[in-house]
Amino acid sequence: MTNPDALTRLLGAERDAEAEAVARLRARVVSQASATGLLDVAYRTLDTPIGSLLLAATPEGLVRVGLPNEDQARVLGELAARISPRILHAPARLDRAAREIDEYFSRSRHSFDISLDLRLAHGFRRSVLHHMLEIGYGATASYAALAAASGSPKAVRAVGSACATNPLPLVIPCHRVLRSDGTLGGYAGGLEVKQLLLALEARPGDGL
Amino acid sequence: MLGLPPFEEVIAAHGAVVLRVCRAVAGPDDADDAWSETFLSALQAYPRLAAGSNVRGWLVTIAYRKAVDRIRAGRRAPIPVGTLPERPSLDRELSDAGLWRAVAALAPKQRGAVVLHHVGGLPYAEAADLLGTSEAAARRAAADGIAALRKALDREESI
Repeated sequence: MTNPDALTRLLGAERDAEAEAVARLRARVVSQASATGLLDVAYRTLDTPIGSLLLAATPEGLVRVGLPNEDQARVLGELAARISPRILHAPARLDRAAREIDEYFSRSRHSFDISLDLRLAHGFRRSVLHHMLEIGYGATASYAALAAASGSPKAVRAVGSACATNPLPLVIPCHRVLRSDGTLGGYAGGLEVKQLLLALEARPGDGL
Repeated sequence: MLGLPPFEEVIAAHGAVVLRVCRAVAGPDDADDAWSETFLSALQAYPRLAAGSNVRGWLVTIAYRKAVDRIRAGRRAPIPVGTLPERPSLDRELSDAGLWRAVAALAPKQRGAVVLHHVGGLPYAEAADLLGTSEAAARRAAADGIAALRKALDREESI
């Protein structure tokens, strides 16, 4: 007679082959969810010269770029709370953004051609981000100039917080915003990353 | 504020237990479809789930219903134990398909109690709600189900 405890343990036990089956079924659910509009936020990671980036998109466009110094699980948790918990790892939805960022780092791309979803920025900060998008590749602007362009010349500190809370760093080039005296100012991703990006853009182009 | 985790984490944490529930109720052949239906339906309802809910219990409940629907649809009735090609035994080499077929062949109340409690990990009280019975009756049905499974598996072994 078999032991009832062994039997109940067996009924509840994990199986080795399950992970594989779950991975296969999961892929099916992701594509069905995407096709039926149930996927509110798709994400993937991308290895770059500055480290691993987290890319997240809603159906409207790229909504968040997580820099390497950010905890990716925490970023995803924030997206769950602020946008929707219907979040799945769905790299295909971010193919184009990933390709363009790759091209940016290989210096064969100077501007991004992807739709952006700015829902994580509000009010003045959002209008600062719009103006930031006008700072071209290899150029820089001062916090003060950006404040003036955004219609509030005295709001230099507020421009600083708009940079610091930019949900789409790299793509919205807050790394191109410097102090009026030409010194770096701050960068949420760490000053060495800001320096690296500015240096990358300052090198003579070879890809275009 | 403690919100709902990204759904990706939910699949990673509970995909396997949902698969076992689906296999135990619907049988190996219909389990895949029951699993997909479970997670698509859960994904749809997920934003309305209260933060801090027992997500595993919630998913096991959905999976059980989806799997039962599959059986009721009558597309494929569970295969009776007597026709098993495999010979289940209780060592780790046991064919899962054989075990799940044996579970599927239990009387419905016993199967429900065994699957919800022993496979899905629901407390007897929650399993009882889902089965429309009392906690004591669910406990009894699970015990009877385990006894019946032992008999069925031992019979297979002694062939």
